[in-house]
Amino acid sequence: MKVQVTVVPKSGVLDPQGKAIAGALARLGFPGVGDVRAGKVFRVEVEAKDAAEAKALAGQMAEKLLCNPVIEEYEAEVLG
Amino acid sequence: MSAGARPRVSVVVFPGSNCDHDAVHAVEATIGADARPVWHAGTDLGRPDLVILPGGFSYGDYLRCGALARFSPVMEAVRDFAAKGGPVLGICNGFQVLCEAGLLPGALLLNSGQRFRCEDVFVRVETIRTPFTAELTKGDVLRLPIAHGDGNWRAEAATFDDVTTHDQIVFRYCDAAGSRATGANPNGSLDDVAGVCNRERNVVGLMPHPERASEAMLGNADGARLFRSFANGLLLGRTG
Repeated sequence: MKVQVTVVPKSGVLDPQGKAIAGALARLGFPGVGDVRAGKVFRVEVEAKDAAEAKALAGQMAEKLLCNPVIEEYEAEVLG
Repeated sequence: MSAGARPRVSVVVFPGSNCDHDAVHAVEATIGADARPVWHAGTDLGRPDLVILPGGFSYGDYLRCGALARFSPVMEAVRDFAAKGGPVLGICNGFQVLCEAGLLPGALLLNSGQRFRCEDVFVRVETIRTPFTAELTKGDVLRLPIAHGDGNWRAEAATFDDVTTHDQIVFRYCDAAGSRATGANPNGSLDDVAGVCNRERNVVGLMPHPERASEAMLGNADGARLFRSFANGLLLGRTG
């Protein structure tokens, strides 16, 4: 089964990359570009008996390694 | 340690560390240390009086700076050593590793200007209640080199309050006169923080490189004051 963990800087935490990207998007003429958060996506193959177990595993991976809760937040999902 | 004995210093080497030789040399040159590198895959630190986590790019800075080094086998030994009150100094990447390991508060983000900064900066000593600043004076200004892309120290509001309340900010960026000034902070860190310690005060991390500024022959010996402070404290039984 494949799971996906998306990690982005927490709201309120300065994101220099996101800020630069927001500036570039505005310069390209995209109207109304607000806050941009630049993060990371991890797609991980896992062995799990069902989607619930796979999602729980993805959450544990995020908590232990993929995400630093001081500065980042994550979402875990099952891709199937 | 008895008078005349050489301080024993273990310098942890991760894959991608690149300031380990400098750290070994600096403590040999400044405090006559018996210093040795310790490869990260081992769990035996020897019986050091001081552990240094040096600068560099451990594990290529993959994932987050210091995030993978934190899981190296040697870190269990570092954790035990620190828990028993052993002095630990994290320099640059070593600071990042200590934050990721939860041995120091906060985290280090990309510099606010998004550039790698390699230059001399000034830092002000904010507390003398650490093994490395005990012989300095609060308000002393040190000129030290930096070389980092991710030195932007951050902490959540509650953590920051805690750090401030417990006098855990060790160094702040400042100008040559010791004032906090616009442009003095090279990376946008919260409250101009350049270095912090843990609540127990034996673990210290900082972004600047004292080991690169430890010999007058090389133009600047300000960094040596940190090592001397530690070594004299050891002799006096203040630390270790």
